[in-house]
Amino acid sequence: MAKIPQKIIHNYLRHRKQFPHVWCPGCSNGIILGAIIRAIDELKYERDDVAMISGIGCSSRMPVYVDFNTLHTLHGRALAYATGVKMFKPEMKVIVITGDGDATAIGGNHFIHACRRNIDLTTIVVNNNIYGMTGGQYSPTTPTGDIATTSPYGNIDPVFDICKLALGAGATFVARTTAYHVIEAQSFIKQALEHKGFSIVEIMSACPVIYGRLNKKGDAPAMMREMKENALPLEKFDELAPEEKQGKYIRGIFKQEIFPEYTEKYAELVASLQRE
Amino acid sequence: MKANPRDVNSGTYYMDGDVAAGYGALAAGCRFIGGYPITPSTEAAETFARIAPKAGAVFIQMEDELGSIASIMGASWSGVKTMTITSGPGYSLMMEAIGLGAMIEAPFVILNIQRGGPSTGVPTKTGQADMMQARWGSHGDYEVIAIAPDSPQELFDYTIKAFNLAEKYRCPVMIMSDECVGHMSEKVVIPPAEEIEIEPRRFYNGPKEKYLPFKPDKDLVPKMVKAGDGYNLYITGLIHDERGYPIKNQIEKGKSQKLPTRRLVDKIRLNADKIIELAEEGMDDAEVVVVSYGISYRVAIRGIEIARGKGIKVGHLRLITVWPFPDKKINELASKVKAFVVPEINYGQVVFEVERCSHGQANVVLVPHGGAGVHDPDDIAEAIEYAAKEKKKIRKVIEWKTRLEKFVFEGGYKLNK
Repeated sequence: MAKIPQKIIHNYLRHRKQFPHVWCPGCSNGIILGAIIRAIDELKYERDDVAMISGIGCSSRMPVYVDFNTLHTLHGRALAYATGVKMFKPEMKVIVITGDGDATAIGGNHFIHACRRNIDLTTIVVNNNIYGMTGGQYSPTTPTGDIATTSPYGNIDPVFDICKLALGAGATFVARTTAYHVIEAQSFIKQALEHKGFSIVEIMSACPVIYGRLNKKGDAPAMMREMKENALPLEKFDELAPEEKQGKYIRGIFKQEIFPEYTEKYAELVASLQRE
Repeated sequence: MKANPRDVNSGTYYMDGDVAAGYGALAAGCRFIGGYPITPSTEAAETFARIAPKAGAVFIQMEDELGSIASIMGASWSGVKTMTITSGPGYSLMMEAIGLGAMIEAPFVILNIQRGGPSTGVPTKTGQADMMQARWGSHGDYEVIAIAPDSPQELFDYTIKAFNLAEKYRCPVMIMSDECVGHMSEKVVIPPAEEIEIEPRRFYNGPKEKYLPFKPDKDLVPKMVKAGDGYNLYITGLIHDERGYPIKNQIEKGKSQKLPTRRLVDKIRLNADKIIELAEEGMDDAEVVVVSYGISYRVAIRGIEIARGKGIKVGHLRLITVWPFPDKKINELASKVKAFVVPEINYGQVVFEVERCSHGQANVVLVPHGGAGVHDPDDIAEAIEYAAKEKKKIRKVIEWKTRLEKFVFEGGYKLNK
C-alpha cells in the first residue's frame, strides 16, 4: 500500500519539541515545508546528511520543526553560515530556507555573493511580500502601492524580482513557483537539490493574516486563487497582451546550467598545491 | 528655541512607550528616520512612518541596520536631525557605525528598546543587558551619552532631550529603553509646541574660506555646515585635523598637534556635570542607597517601601543619564553610606561602575535578573536588609541570590574542582 503523503511529513517532524508552531492560520509555510520534506524523502537522502539552515523570520522557523541538522541563525546571514558548513561538509545536502526580507534586504549582500560563487547550496526563498514576524512592515518585494505598517499611505519603493537578481548574480539553477502549485514546487525543489551548484527556488506564499489583511486580499483560499490565476508558465505569459500582464508573473525554471562548483574548485586547488 | 507646531501633536493620550518615542522624535524636530523592522521596537518606526510625512519628515525602511545607521549619518551631515530605532541584534549591527558617528561628530539619536538575552534571545521580553555595549560597543576611544527612561511619558520627553544633547555635544546619543517601558501603555501628555525647548543645530555662519569643520568652540564642540553648501567638506573616519584632513603622516613625523580622539573623549568628560541628570530621594539619613535606572527604577520603588516598612534607612538614586557615569556623585555617597544596592536586568554591568566609583568605601550588592521579566520587589527589599546589616567590608560585588535564581538554578552552577 502506498504511503499517504501526510505520514511522510510526520516522519520528519520533531514531534515532542517544537509544537505548536508560530504560523498564523492560512499561512503557506506549512504547504511549502511539506513540499520540501516530500522532495527530500523521494530523493532518499539520509536525514543526517541534510543540513537545514535559516535566519530570522516566519519562513525561517521551518528548520526548527524538522528533524534534520538544524541551524537557526542570525537575520540575513543564513547563506554565510551555510557556506561555512558546505566548505567542510561538501558531501552534505545544505538547504537554506529564507524569506523575502531575510534574503534580499538584510541578507542581500550574502545572497548575491553566494550566487556568484556558485557554491552548492539549495536556497528556498519563501516570498510572502511582507515582514510577517514583526507585524507587517514593507519588504523589498512588497508591491509598489501596497499598504504595510511602515507604509501606511502606500509603498513607494519599486520591487525586487528575486529570480532576475539571482540570474544577474550568477546562480546556476533559478526557478519560481507558488505555494498553490505544490506539486510543481516539489519537483523544482527536487531538481534544485540534485543540481550541482547554487540553486534557488522562489516560492510565492500567501500571508492572509498580515499582508492579506492590510491589503484586503481576502482569506487564505482567495489568496491561493490569486496565485493560481497570476502565476503563469512562460509560454502562457508571452501570449498575453502587455496590459494583461499587469500583476501576472512567470513560474517555471529560468536557468539550469552546469558551471564549476566552488567547493570542488577549492578541493582541486588544494590537491594541485599538495602535488607540487 | 521652541518646537515647531507643525511637528507637535499636542494632547493627552493613552499610548505605549514606543509610540510615544515616535511622537517625541517628531516633536524634537527629527526630519529623518532610517530603520529596519525589529521586535520590540517596531511600533516606534510605524508611528513615525505614519505621522512624519504629514509634517514633511521622512521615514525610510532600509535594507538592514547597517544601512539604517549609515543613512541617518548622511542625513545628519546634510543638516537635519536624525534618529534610528532598533533592538538587540540590530543594535549590535550598528556598532561599527557608532564609532564613525563619534569620529565625524554627526549628531544623531539611537533608540534601543532592549530585549532579553544575547543573540535573538527573547525578542518580546525585556532586558537591560546592552548597557555596557552602549558605552564600549564600537572599537577605539570615544564617548557617548545614554539615557534610560522609565515610562511612556519619559520616552516622549527624553527622546526630545536626547535630540537636544546630540545637537549640543555632537556625539551619538542612545535612548536605552527596554521592552517593558516600550510596550507599557500609560497616559502621555504632549504639551503645546511653545512649551517644548529645542536645541537648534550649531551652524557656522562666518566667511566660507575660514571654515574649519573640526575646530572646536570653547566647550570643545565644533560648528557644523550642511554638505553641499559649498564648504568643500572633507568628512572622514580617519584620524583628522581641524580641516578634516587625515593626519597619519604628520603623526608619524612627530609633527602632529593634538590627537582629535582626545577631544572626542574630553568634550563629554569635561562637560559631564552639565550632561548628567540624576534624581534622588530619601538621601539625607540613608544608610543604604539603591542605584537604579529604567524599568528597574520603578520596581525598586516598591522594594524600598518594603525595606522602609522594616525601619531601614534607604535612599534612592536614579540614573537618568547612565553614560557619562556620575563618578563624582557615587564617590561622594560612598563616603557617607554603608552600602549600595544595584538592581538591574542583567548579571552585572552598571554595578561594576558603582563599585569602581565607590573605591572600596562602601559595600556593593548586585540584585541580578537574567532577563525576560522584571525583579521581584521582595528580592530588592531583602538585598537592602542584608546590605544594612552587613558589618564586614566585602571587597567585591556581592551577588544577591534572588528567588528566581534560587528557583531556576538552585543558587548557580558549580564547577567540579
